[in-house]
Amino acid sequence: MNNMKCDVVIIGGGPAGLAAAIAAKQEGAEKVLIVERDHALGGILQQCIHPGFGLTRFGEELTGPEYYSRFVDQANELGVEYMLGAMVLQVNNETNEVICTGSEYGLACIQAGSIVLAMGCRERTRAGIMVPGTRPSGLFTAGSAQRLVNRQNIMVGKKVVILGSGDIGMIMARRMSLEGAKVVMVVELMDYLAGLTRNRVQCLDDFGIPLKLSHTITRIEGDERVTGVWVAPVDENKKPIAEQAELVECDTVLFSVGLLPENELTRKAGIEINPVTNGPAVNQYMQTSSPSVFACGNVVHVNDLVDNVSAESAVAGKYAAMYAMGKLKDAQKNVPCVTGRNVRYLCPQSIDANQKDGKVTLYFRVLQPEQKVTLVARCGDEILAKHKEILVNPGEMNHLTIDTNMISGSDVTVEVVKEA
Amino acid sequence: MLKTDVVVIGAGAVGCAVARELSKYAVDVIVVEKNDDVGGDASKSNSAIIHTGYDAAPGTLESQLVVAANPMYDEIVKDLDVPFSRIGAILPAITQEQFEKLPEIKEKAFRNHVYDIEYKSGEQLLEMEPNLNPEVKGGLWIPRESIIDPFIFVQAMAENACANGVRFLLNTKVTDIHTENGKIKSVVTTDETIETKYVINCAGLYCDEIAQMVGKAEYKVVARKGQFFILDKNTSCRVEHIVLPIPTKVTKGKLMCPTIHGNMLVGPTAEDQDSKTDKSTSAEGLASITADVTNLVPNVNVRDTITQYSGLRPNRNPEGLHFDIWDDLEGYVNLSGVRSTGLTLSVSMGKYVVEQMLYHGAGFKLKDHFIKERKGIVKFSECSLEEQDALIKENPLYANVVCRCETITEAEILEAIHRPLGARTVDAVKRRVRAGMGRCQAGFCGPKVIEILARELHCEPTDINKNIEGSYMVTGTTR
Repeated sequence: MNNMKCDVVIIGGGPAGLAAAIAAKQEGAEKVLIVERDHALGGILQQCIHPGFGLTRFGEELTGPEYYSRFVDQANELGVEYMLGAMVLQVNNETNEVICTGSEYGLACIQAGSIVLAMGCRERTRAGIMVPGTRPSGLFTAGSAQRLVNRQNIMVGKKVVILGSGDIGMIMARRMSLEGAKVVMVVELMDYLAGLTRNRVQCLDDFGIPLKLSHTITRIEGDERVTGVWVAPVDENKKPIAEQAELVECDTVLFSVGLLPENELTRKAGIEINPVTNGPAVNQYMQTSSPSVFACGNVVHVNDLVDNVSAESAVAGKYAAMYAMGKLKDAQKNVPCVTGRNVRYLCPQSIDANQKDGKVTLYFRVLQPEQKVTLVARCGDEILAKHKEILVNPGEMNHLTIDTNMISGSDVTVEVVKEA
Repeated sequence: MLKTDVVVIGAGAVGCAVARELSKYAVDVIVVEKNDDVGGDASKSNSAIIHTGYDAAPGTLESQLVVAANPMYDEIVKDLDVPFSRIGAILPAITQEQFEKLPEIKEKAFRNHVYDIEYKSGEQLLEMEPNLNPEVKGGLWIPRESIIDPFIFVQAMAENACANGVRFLLNTKVTDIHTENGKIKSVVTTDETIETKYVINCAGLYCDEIAQMVGKAEYKVVARKGQFFILDKNTSCRVEHIVLPIPTKVTKGKLMCPTIHGNMLVGPTAEDQDSKTDKSTSAEGLASITADVTNLVPNVNVRDTITQYSGLRPNRNPEGLHFDIWDDLEGYVNLSGVRSTGLTLSVSMGKYVVEQMLYHGAGFKLKDHFIKERKGIVKFSECSLEEQDALIKENPLYANVVCRCETITEAEILEAIHRPLGARTVDAVKRRVRAGMGRCQAGFCGPKVIEILARELHCEPTDINKNIEGSYMVTGTTR
């Protein structure tokens, strides 16, 4: 077994891992090592060849590869090291060891000062949402179809129905259309869009692809290849109205029905997982319940914009470097962050209120779409931050930045207040 | 025209067990299978339990064969390197009415010569199985009920038969059987016609159609659908034994048990249907499983499901397991009514079939050299770090993890493709090494497995099927 040593080891070389590595280097960590299972850096952005990335961070519209290339260049300049084609098998948070395997390295044991989890997320599947029917070929998660089309140059089908109006699903609707496939419809269970509005306009409306809100697929047909799906409207309790189901012919179904943080290693290491985000619970340093382990990006909570991932991951990288160098004091006064009215989850889930440079950005998602609201972060009766929004919806993440010096009570609550 | 001594129709559990048993003798055997892979239909979609036969109808052939089969597994799983565990089953009585039924069940077990069944108190059962319904009044413990990997079990029997000289014709369907002067003459297939002395009908769901070809269709196969859930290995509410419901007059009911690989399995339904191909799941069926299993294990979380499937049990009408040899049709052996106990009794059935053939005058002679053992594909994920290191040094492809959920390496996938009776389809790879069987259901490894199969089989990705002919995975290249 190869034994290696580094200050900060980062698991995953996607946008989160890259941003964390750069920040760790900038903070002064000497040896920063990314372990990436793919044979190239960039993570899922490698298959995101469409534009729309970087508007917040760079003020211009980049493709996925353009976006991550900027980070790869910077990482190279700073001397970030990486192992490609290397899969982490174990994280030992007591000894701070990471065990990985890769054809170029064999089995390797990396001893690190701190560990950053940046494994990203995976897609919820057809089976995960229990769509009944047969089990033919032609059923793909939107992301795996995207990989086949954009990285392997393989077409997955000719007549497509997409379940779920998540961003990847809508982007694949456009991609499949551009490749000559017929996208029959996008079916969405909820009465609102799951992804970003701009994607509906650019990927569905511009291509004349119908969006069926408050509908779902009730059954898959076909013994060999899928031959069709039954699409039915749902009632107010999201139960399909069987009598109104219609058979829609297709040879391909793409499922864009949600992303789940990929936390196999986190769980195995015994790190506390937040039941709502399905990612590790973190404080404002992106530090998990195991002090030497930090986490960032979609492994913590699923983001809709990579720009947010980069920002949040830089925080993780910075503090992971400080921890490795012995400069991060143990959290002294942990204040929990509490979800108030119409808030589904918050990240981070706790704040160390003794931090000196006291700005913390709280990212959160709402439970229900709502118009004309004020987003409020408060500590007891004291307002820490507030911000007005014309519209909030679960598909688009919101955030508020607070000053930790203002925290005087026992918790920080974030809520959506309806304007009178 | 091919020539052989014995044609076995069907490469499910029973067909492969019969073929393996015959391969101990100096006879030429061909197994004809309509699917692209060994493993059958019913044999690969069931509860993966090796039964004791405690609840069979006493005195029947089915009871004899199941009861005889169970103890054979200790040796066969060692010889054939098959994942297997004697975890035992519990039969908890939740209601007073169920509690009163226990003596009857125990007495029936004794009539089936299953003497190691025991009473347990409610407290004892809750200690064994903390997630059980706390209302449990007591129940029965059946220690030899076991779990197995049904895919590997059938592959292992087939591979071992193959190593001992049995030929397998896959993707080949029997279309007719010719007889002459009251004797079997040949088997007509979609490939070649095979001249043979014996035909053994192990066609499961289709055994009535085969029997019809020789005019021996005294029964019909009725497909009885069973729907199942598989839950994530991480699901919070687990059981450590097979938890069986007390059967009612109408149904044997739905169970919950761990699989040999650590998932949870719940089901099945029991729905008679006319179609022999409709293996769809339904919202109603899945809901009924949830409702029933919740009675046994209240906190079971079916939302942790990673897949749902259904299998078709080849039930017989009139009912019951039948073995038939006729005086007026020399060389023809017919098995019918091999239903949910079929996986278990395959090993004793293999022996029974050959013994009956010998008794009826087949002059098979034992071979001098029978290869008794078969080695499975080494599972990287189950090796110690030292073993993993050694494997990688020997073959660097062990370091290339393709399926991240189950930690399956490229070396294992290549072996699945290249060993005898190797995988030709995405599902065949999955059934051999579990690539794609984890929580992402091939979302990540699926595209790579298509690529590897096409590369290794020297064909295009468009030629790769999920399983059967027509189940193509992809349609072409991009513009």
